[in-house]
Amino acid sequence: MSQLHVTTRINGDETEFLCEAEDTLLDVLRDRLGLTGTKEGCGTGDCGACSVAVDGRLVCSCLMLGAEAEGRDIATIEGMATGDQLHPLQQKFIEMAALQCGICTPGILVAAQSLLERNPDPSEEEVRYWLAGNLCRCTGYDKIIRAVMETAADMRRAS
Amino acid sequence: MVEVLLWGSLADQAEGARKVEINAGTLRELLDGLGEKFPGLRPELERGVSVSIDGRVYNDSWFQPIAEDSEVVLLKRLKGG
Amino acid sequence: MALDDTKKTREFKVVGTRPDRPDGIDKVTGRARFGADMVAPGMLTGRILRSPHAHARIVRIDASKAEALSGVKAVVTRADFGEVPEGVADVLDNCMAGEKALYDGHVVAAVAASSPAVARKALKLIEVEYEVLPHVTDVDEAIKPDAPVLHEGRQQETVPEGMSGNVIARSEFGHGDIEAGLAQADRVVERTYRTAATHQGYIEPHACLATMGPDGKADLWVCTQGHYMVRNTCAAILGMEQGQLRVTASEIGGGFGGKTVVFLEPVALMLAKKSGRPVKMVMSRSEVLRATGPTSSTSIDVKIGMTKDGKITAGFAELRYQGGAYPGSPVDMGAMSGFAPYDLENVKTVGWDVVTNRPKAAAYRAPGAPMAAFAIESAIDEAAKGFGLDPLDVRLMNGADEGTKASYGPTYPAIGLKATLEAAKSHPHWSAPLGENQGRGVACGFWFNFGGDTCVSLNITPDGTVTVSEGNPDIGGSRASMTMMAAEELGIPYDQVRTIIADTGSLGQNEVTDGSRVTFAVGLATIKAAEAAKKEMCRRAAMIWGIDEEAVEWEDGAARPAGPNAGKFPPMTLKEIAAIASNTGGPIAGHYEVNAEGAGVSFATHMVDVELDRDTGSTKILRYTVFQDAGKAVHPSYVEGQFQGGAVQGIGWALNEEYIYGEDGILQNAGFLDYRIPVASDLPMIDTVILEIPNPGHPYGVRGVGETSIVPPLAAIANAVSEAAGVRMTQLPMSPPRVLSAMQSKAEG
Repeated sequence: MSQLHVTTRINGDETEFLCEAEDTLLDVLRDRLGLTGTKEGCGTGDCGACSVAVDGRLVCSCLMLGAEAEGRDIATIEGMATGDQLHPLQQKFIEMAALQCGICTPGILVAAQSLLERNPDPSEEEVRYWLAGNLCRCTGYDKIIRAVMETAADMRRAS
Repeated sequence: MVEVLLWGSLADQAEGARKVEINAGTLRELLDGLGEKFPGLRPELERGVSVSIDGRVYNDSWFQPIAEDSEVVLLKRLKGG
Repeated sequence: MALDDTKKTREFKVVGTRPDRPDGIDKVTGRARFGADMVAPGMLTGRILRSPHAHARIVRIDASKAEALSGVKAVVTRADFGEVPEGVADVLDNCMAGEKALYDGHVVAAVAASSPAVARKALKLIEVEYEVLPHVTDVDEAIKPDAPVLHEGRQQETVPEGMSGNVIARSEFGHGDIEAGLAQADRVVERTYRTAATHQGYIEPHACLATMGPDGKADLWVCTQGHYMVRNTCAAILGMEQGQLRVTASEIGGGFGGKTVVFLEPVALMLAKKSGRPVKMVMSRSEVLRATGPTSSTSIDVKIGMTKDGKITAGFAELRYQGGAYPGSPVDMGAMSGFAPYDLENVKTVGWDVVTNRPKAAAYRAPGAPMAAFAIESAIDEAAKGFGLDPLDVRLMNGADEGTKASYGPTYPAIGLKATLEAAKSHPHWSAPLGENQGRGVACGFWFNFGGDTCVSLNITPDGTVTVSEGNPDIGGSRASMTMMAAEELGIPYDQVRTIIADTGSLGQNEVTDGSRVTFAVGLATIKAAEAAKKEMCRRAAMIWGIDEEAVEWEDGAARPAGPNAGKFPPMTLKEIAAIASNTGGPIAGHYEVNAEGAGVSFATHMVDVELDRDTGSTKILRYTVFQDAGKAVHPSYVEGQFQGGAVQGIGWALNEEYIYGEDGILQNAGFLDYRIPVASDLPMIDTVILEIPNPGHPYGVRGVGETSIVPPLAAIANAVSEAAGVRMTQLPMSPPRVLSAMQSKAEG
């Protein structure tokens, strides 16, 4: 069992860790780095609860090996707020009751942020298809979709 | 005496009567009285029942008063999710 | 006890508004700690070995090779558990198989090891010798006299002699004379309906972290709908005293009834006991699907008699529910609730509880009711449409009201069914035009709602802010609701109150978060705890003023002299009274413990538009509106959220979701790719209309809202699809191949 040494950047901070070859990025984040905001709902890339951004690209961290993080830039839910300043999506999700149990929320926020970075003015259909890889069992998605669209509108007005 | 309505299959265990009369002023007296008068009801009573008194459902409150003219209906124990 | 003090004319200041939830920031930043997020020093990883057979005798288990593996600290099998009380015997057997493995995925052994990799390796080293037995997974097959039998001697006295041992119980409800009612009908609709087993589908897999010392004191961190239930059940199974086991509820990532029972917890405690180390266990998604609570698959015969002007003359249903490997399917709830929305002279339902080689059914949101509603509401729709009648008018004509004798026995107090139907009829959705290949369906639904054992402790801090401790895991925003009700009752701002979920050491017994009981029962206890604190604060003010405590009243967050005769004193605010609490007798608190009876039933009507793709048979939901009575909506956003979530779970049940077993009795689709729950792109917005017909059993009129919303969708969607397809759909899910083949057989006539 020789562990691999990996150097990466997580939420802007240079980070080193040791992991087994078979450890997923999700295992590393949760079990080795204590970043438990990223959730495991399925371990097979079907639910999106483990969504993170890797070099700006939305990824299910359960489908990527920890060792593959070498030299990458990884963004997780823990890096979404700036100090005590919530990201507008985070704020809007609370205001609009876009979460119930909250287990899917980190993944959905990371995915939604990734959408708004690419498309500041998404249609409802675009939001629905972008988030189709993020399962939520509580809300029926209604308030989530509305919160993302309203945040986009707010951010467009602010910019 | 209070009149108690039993559900269909429970009546089979109470000599076929859908409505039975029990001398009871509380829920506990009612349940005890039912088991004494109709021993066939005991297995179901032991599995647990709910009781509707005047349209309100009670599960365990022994000393819930029951008036003579109350509508009393035995229900299968309610389970939720 | 029940309470009759509804303040109907009350003007609310906090209740009915939409403040931010107290756990919001933790949940949007990733700080909230769910079941799998906890660690302990020296923690081991626990893993489970599961049966690969649907039905097999366990001849021998040899764990010696696993125990010899470096890093393995404990192996547990059924032999480690002693005799347990009858009430938890099935629970233990489901958590750890005894003589037989009863379904694919049934637990046969567990290990605790120093790492996940070692644990995985150890599982492979456990040798289990099985004698494979014939199995049965279908409810109609399981009741046949020659079906393989799971258990001996479990049949209740209610089952006629000569039936398969898999038939556990029979129950019958109703009143009147079905044959006489059918004789008065101008048309009788008679059909058999089938529904597939579906899973609650919470996104958070089951997880827990257990520690136990040689002194028998133990702690458990767990995602559950009821940590008091976990404590009591585990204590019984492990032969512990309840007071020695402290259970802390983590944040819970969805439950929908599926987390009202234990699976991992007794095993984790036994592993912790044997290893002397903390043990964490987390299920994989396939374990969740293979071995935790789906709901029943069902087969239901319905007969409805209707006159040509729409009067239902008789309603009959015979319901067969398989509840998995142990007795206790929710068939009684289905049989009691199916006709509950209607005022019928002649109504009868018969329920059969059947066991099969599947995981034991756990409660799933209004357990048992959606399937019965699917069958009955489909038949009513077919009868109404057969006469060209408006399905809402037919439901209004036959709908239950105050004074109606319910199909399950009692006479209703004030209820909201007709209000939901009237709201549906006047909604623009009902009159909106439909296009080609589109259909519209409506259906009604009912749920009982519960109360049960509940404790709340409310404490006034020295600076005059307020903490509320309650014992029910917050599954959809209930901390916000409790905070609102405490603030309302005390007359202080929402942000001056913080509500927490206390561990089992901090409060008395609390019933599980189920039956839509929390906002009703915990809300009631919160209000009563606040009233007790107010009474004490009035007493303190009376001491300061030197007047009789009866001469002080509480209004707008302050004690005031009650009327001119009490004396002229400026009001003392909660903060002022709190600041001098030490000088007037000590800390101030209010608490309330109750078995909250008197929950109010609730009704809903759902309306849905669908469009069919005639080439593929796939169904698109175009528009959906929920009309439901909430009694009083404490936080309307979260009430809407319950309506929307229930509707969408119903959409999944109606269109996609299905447990698929192979001939070998093995679950074929144990993952979210193949067990497909609705995703965002499947759906439109879900519109909601909240009706408020107060529950006389709650001080603010609250009824539960969580469960009723999943009762109507199956039928509403089936009615819409049937209209669009031109053929009556009688089997769920209405997956594309099934709809396509129904349309084809209709075309072939």
